[in-house]
Amino acid sequence: MKLSFAKLGRAAMWLLPGLFLLLFFVLPLLRVFGATGEDLAGGGLTWEALRRAVRPLGFTFYQAALSTLATLAIGLPAAYVFGRFDFPGKRRLRTLVSLPFILPTVVAAAGFNALLGPRGWVNLGLMNLLGLEQPPIIFLNTLGAILLAHVFYNTTIILRVVGGAWEGLDTRVEQAARALGASPWRTLWEVTLPLLRPAIFSATLLVFLFDFTSFGVILLLGGPSFATLEVEIYIQALHMLNLPQAGLLSAVQLVCTLAVTLIYLRLEARRSVPLAPRLRGEGLRRPKGWREKLLVAGMSALLILLVVAPLGALALRSVSRLEADRGQRGEVQTGLTLDYYRELFINRRGSFFYVPPAEAARNSLFYALVTTGLSLTFGGLAAYALARRGAGARVMDVLLMLPLGTSAVTLGLGYLLTFNRPPLDVRSFPLLVPIAHSLVALPFVVRTLLPALRSIPPSLRQAAAVLGASPRRVWWEVDWPVLGRAALVGAVFAFTISMGEFGATTFLANPEYPTLPVAIFRFLSQPGATNYGQAMAMATLLLLVCAAGVLLLERFQEGKEW
Amino acid sequence: MKTISRIIVGALATLLLAACAAPKAPEGPAELVVMTHDSFAISEALVTQFEAEHNAKLTFLPSGDTGSALNRAILTKKSPSADVFYGVDNTFLSRALEEELFEAYESPLLEEIDVAFQMDAFNRALPVNYGDVCINYDKAYFVEKGLAVPGSLDDLLKPEYNGLLAVENPATSSPGLAFLLATVAQYGAEGFTDYWTALRNNGLVVVNDWETAYYGNFSGSSGRGPQPMVVSYASSPAAEVIFAEQPLSDAPTASIVAPGTCFRQIEFVGILKGTKQRALAEKFVDFMLSVDFQEDVPMQMFVYPVNGQAQLPEEFVQYAQTASQPAELSPVDVAANRESWIQAWDETVLR
Repeated sequence: MKLSFAKLGRAAMWLLPGLFLLLFFVLPLLRVFGATGEDLAGGGLTWEALRRAVRPLGFTFYQAALSTLATLAIGLPAAYVFGRFDFPGKRRLRTLVSLPFILPTVVAAAGFNALLGPRGWVNLGLMNLLGLEQPPIIFLNTLGAILLAHVFYNTTIILRVVGGAWEGLDTRVEQAARALGASPWRTLWEVTLPLLRPAIFSATLLVFLFDFTSFGVILLLGGPSFATLEVEIYIQALHMLNLPQAGLLSAVQLVCTLAVTLIYLRLEARRSVPLAPRLRGEGLRRPKGWREKLLVAGMSALLILLVVAPLGALALRSVSRLEADRGQRGEVQTGLTLDYYRELFINRRGSFFYVPPAEAARNSLFYALVTTGLSLTFGGLAAYALARRGAGARVMDVLLMLPLGTSAVTLGLGYLLTFNRPPLDVRSFPLLVPIAHSLVALPFVVRTLLPALRSIPPSLRQAAAVLGASPRRVWWEVDWPVLGRAALVGAVFAFTISMGEFGATTFLANPEYPTLPVAIFRFLSQPGATNYGQAMAMATLLLLVCAAGVLLLERFQEGKEW
Repeated sequence: MKTISRIIVGALATLLLAACAAPKAPEGPAELVVMTHDSFAISEALVTQFEAEHNAKLTFLPSGDTGSALNRAILTKKSPSADVFYGVDNTFLSRALEEELFEAYESPLLEEIDVAFQMDAFNRALPVNYGDVCINYDKAYFVEKGLAVPGSLDDLLKPEYNGLLAVENPATSSPGLAFLLATVAQYGAEGFTDYWTALRNNGLVVVNDWETAYYGNFSGSSGRGPQPMVVSYASSPAAEVIFAEQPLSDAPTASIVAPGTCFRQIEFVGILKGTKQRALAEKFVDFMLSVDFQEDVPMQMFVYPVNGQAQLPEEFVQYAQTASQPAELSPVDVAANRESWIQAWDETVLR
């Protein structure tokens, strides 16, 4: 009995995540490619069609590379600060930095607009101060806006993945290097960075793929003169109804994702040194001396500016009106109001589609928790399967990354084609939404769990077993203390991804269970001052709900550890 | 290992249970599924009324914007997930008809509807509502600057309007496409790019979506942006009054409705091929064309009813305008050339 359970378990590690991906990722994609491929083969595949894929392809790589570099430039120093120092407000700052991740791009764009747009707070202030007629800062529809928004979104990936690994580094290795006479720089270069390499590579890959398939940011902040593959797919599929061209572009995007992932696996394959991570807090200390204090303070200030400014502008906008007196222009008068929040709770026009805020929040939370559960279960299994390495592991590894590089539009259409019969029916099976969210969250969970898992030296488990610990106890006392922290990082990603996801949800959303992002979008798509204010108010509620969720997750894990 | 195995087996069992517990088909009232775009809205009272009258259960299936919803209908046409589809507009109409999505239905209520709206001779798609895409302007700006409001598309090229107009990208926005079509109707498929070149040289501002244009760029909205003119809907000024923070005695914005400056979007409903609820679907189509529903349309969706007997709400009579002579293009023409016109626009305006 014991034996068969163990065998079953090992098989399930492979089978469950594999089946999940086959059913909910590979199958829908094949259906789409099958449907569009016929048309392409029947004369649709022309040089013209290919030529039109080249321009967005070039720009996609260009902006993704620039954005990734910019994110690393801010994220790595931040990861150092978070991985090495303890300072007041650290946990809250970390939560704050993860908040952009949940924002649907429509809302993030509104936040940047409220801050840096033609009538954003900065421009309003400058215009009042300098007596200008026109806004002095032009931010929207520039490459700078795209880069800034990508940094805003993705810094949390570097901070959590690399910062987490940094926190767990065994400081004794560095101390040994210093004791042997290495300078701080040499220690960093020859000891610390090589040890962090797997985490840095993982984080960079995730950031790059996220930027690579960026859609809303490009569309809303970059404006009409920039188009990535994902934007082209959206235009071709939903505005031109040219599915073959959309299918072709999706295939190109998928092949690129595949290539990038393979390069990454190549680089990562150089075996990492198994070095048991230390338990929480051992490498952390308070900053000493003015240099370290300045670094910590400066980095915190930068992160606060990067994240809080747009989010704060959004929250501020939700409690203020910008009303000029009738017939007057120029002077924009501002006043504080809670009207927008009050209006949220009133179904003024008796609409059938009115969404009570509490209900939307409940639906969002439900989906987010299911997503977290699903992606931790499948991600955990997959990570154990992958930790063993081998040819099968490599295929699975690649397969797991692909959803991140797949067009949400294409996958959404695939779901419609595939799941249109009960019990797996888009209309009546409410779990399809969290399942789609889990596909995006899985790479994050796996990429955070895997480095942690591989860092556990097998000798530790063997020693525990030799000393008489049951397998369950070995897992609980050796694996879990190391994995727990990584699992938390994965859980936060899964939770936040699900809270803010909008792309797939528009296809799969069950009208009976509207989420917060869906409700926000409903308000934003109608003219009128109260509609805009209510969208901002709803977005602020989303931020609060999510911040509470992330704080709770972190507390939960802390209680678990001791 | 054992613990993990147990967890796995447990998880597997839970998943299986969850799959079995999938909702069963309800008994009692017949269910009618209506696929719509996301902008569809209706009063709760009307839904209840229809359900009670016909012992039916209405399920609405909002499926994204107009393009997404239509895509969904086309992709699932072999095993349709709905009985009725509402929301295909005149720019997508002939595409929907080519795909043979709909069953013909000659509703008796068509008699109450102006034939100009009935664009499908076989009544596979029946008109429900219309709205004009027009340039909205900030009334206070023009008063303060002592500027005349432009009276034609040609006027927009005058130097005094330099940098004052924001439009949406026709590749990503449906009002943007509608305005492009208005210029095609006015200047012809050959001449419209010249017009856009001139417009571009006169400081035209282009953004991707209506939300950015209206809330970010337009000075007449609560966003108080820098441009006093924006491509929006003729009903937007009425919405500004209805959704104002403080009661307004007058709309802060108005629409330019001069001949040829607006494009009329008409939205249609159709019974999806293969429905098992044909009789109920007919009842629902009749209901959408009836005065009750038609009078609900303005305040719920900010568009105009096609049924001539429907009364308009007060705010619409006062502040919403309709174009006297909207630009006209045949749906067949639009379907055939949509892509090449947008491509030409893209190369003229953005590159």
